[in-house]
Amino acid sequence: MKALVWHGKEDIRCDTVSDPEIEDARDAIIKVTSCAICGSDLHLFHNYIPAMKPGDIIGHEMMGEVVDVGPSAKGALKKGDRIVVPFTIFCGECDQCKRGNFSVCERSNRNKEMADKVFGHTTAGLFGYTHLTGGYPGGQAEYLRVPLADKTHIKVPDSLTDEQVLFLGDIFPTGWQAAVHCEIEPTDTVAIWGCGPVGQMAIRSAVLLGAMQVVAIDRIPERLSMAEAGGAITINFDTESVVERLNDLTSGKGPDKCIDAVGLESHVSMGQPDTLLDRAKQMTMLESDRPHVLREMIYVCRPGGIISIAGVYGGLVDKIPMGPAMNKSLTFRMGQTHVNRWTDDLVRRIDEGQIDPSFVITHTAKLEDGPEMYKVFRNKQDGCIKVVLKP
Amino acid sequence: MSFIANATRYEDSPEIISTGPSSLSSTDRLARNLGWFSIGLGLAEMFAARSISRAIGMEGSENLIRAFGAREVASGMLTLSVERKAGLYSRVAGDALDLAVLSTAVKDDNPKRGNAAIALAMVAGVTLLDVAAALGTRQQRLRDEDDIRDYSDRSGFPKGVNAARTQAERDNREPEPEVKALPRPQTGGAEHRL
Repeated sequence: MKALVWHGKEDIRCDTVSDPEIEDARDAIIKVTSCAICGSDLHLFHNYIPAMKPGDIIGHEMMGEVVDVGPSAKGALKKGDRIVVPFTIFCGECDQCKRGNFSVCERSNRNKEMADKVFGHTTAGLFGYTHLTGGYPGGQAEYLRVPLADKTHIKVPDSLTDEQVLFLGDIFPTGWQAAVHCEIEPTDTVAIWGCGPVGQMAIRSAVLLGAMQVVAIDRIPERLSMAEAGGAITINFDTESVVERLNDLTSGKGPDKCIDAVGLESHVSMGQPDTLLDRAKQMTMLESDRPHVLREMIYVCRPGGIISIAGVYGGLVDKIPMGPAMNKSLTFRMGQTHVNRWTDDLVRRIDEGQIDPSFVITHTAKLEDGPEMYKVFRNKQDGCIKVVLKP
Repeated sequence: MSFIANATRYEDSPEIISTGPSSLSSTDRLARNLGWFSIGLGLAEMFAARSISRAIGMEGSENLIRAFGAREVASGMLTLSVERKAGLYSRVAGDALDLAVLSTAVKDDNPKRGNAAIALAMVAGVTLLDVAAALGTRQQRLRDEDDIRDYSDRSGFPKGVNAARTQAERDNREPEPEVKALPRPQTGGAEHRL
């Protein structure tokens, strides 16, 4: 089959690889009908996430048709079922899964020992990501083996198109979870850093959860126009002071809730000297992530507010102002998304026409064009915000 | 390269049968090679400054050569990073400095002027490669007016933003248990001297 394979930094190729097979009784194989390039795939592209190996198939946003099912998964799935695959693999039986903490499933990471050493305790296995999270082959491919498939799936109604439901596997619940973590109240101003795909979903989620005012921060005009269309007030940090605008919009009090939809690769610019220092440290391996957004959120957030982190961080960050954070009584909430915790609510909202996540798709291409689309997405060229690939 | 991938893969990971075109362009590869060259040359300048100065007849300039070596290493690291464009431009600027300094060594009173001339020619050649890589990288990553799109018609709410807000108000109207023990936040009221 064809698949997008990571060969090293900025080196993605569409290779011919062996087809996946059923390896465990709980497995299923799907024929991928749609998959997408995620912002966190760019962290892999740039080699910022440790423990990738040449030959890893990437991609963790995918859906398709079940073509083979292991004997123990047959009660939950059958050939021909149309499913979205959540990016977190989960068993549904461990203590964490029973609590709905699917992204920290205790049993799905096949490299548990490595993760235990690095993280302290293992997290769930993830598709198409680092070997710290299992190194499972990803879904930017024609076929995908889904481990623990009797649980790790989302059945979707035939009445909805691929484009409407594909993002149930990652970016929609990720934006939603970021907003839910904010415990939004009707008087709240929610500020969201980053208007990429997750930021766009977080904006819509904050509106649907009843925020009085949603403020979106970015520098790319097309992303800002999409954010504005979703009901956000926008701040272009290239041309305006984020701190001043946020204070103006909140009568000097600061936003009640702040969402980081940027993560470890925050923009580097001369106007923000800390980003230059972070970049230099990152290059010399003194720091793995660039936390400018975290610093800014801690500074502007209203005392007693909530900092919700949806953007991916990979390792170590420097100069986090814990003093202000502690003294302002800020609450931090973060984590990889517990995808299936939110599925029923989100499918209902799509089905009822409250939201159509396909708005974010700007490019559709063949799988073979994937390596080129990584560059277009990374360089933010051709108005690119979200790429869907069709194997 | 697929043999490396196959050698390091898990037993149950897919085997690469044939490999396709890479996202790395020829410009990217040139830049990467220049980055490694820069680090190699820089280390040589830092640790063999005396030999180099002697070879080109610039005795007494060892510290300058070491400083240039440090600059080469920094440029090389930047060129190998995601900020490749900045790295390549810094190399071009460094090349100009190298050319200026080396041109002072190609004089009749320098017994090693032949070596200095060869070094000058080599730097000029590398400068051409640096300029080509810098311009190519710039072109690859260029965002121009055509890249800016207007997505103001993409609300994501099929019934509109106002309907979404109304829906949220309706959802939030669900009665919640009143917590009497907590004091109400005070707003307005008289100013107090603190």
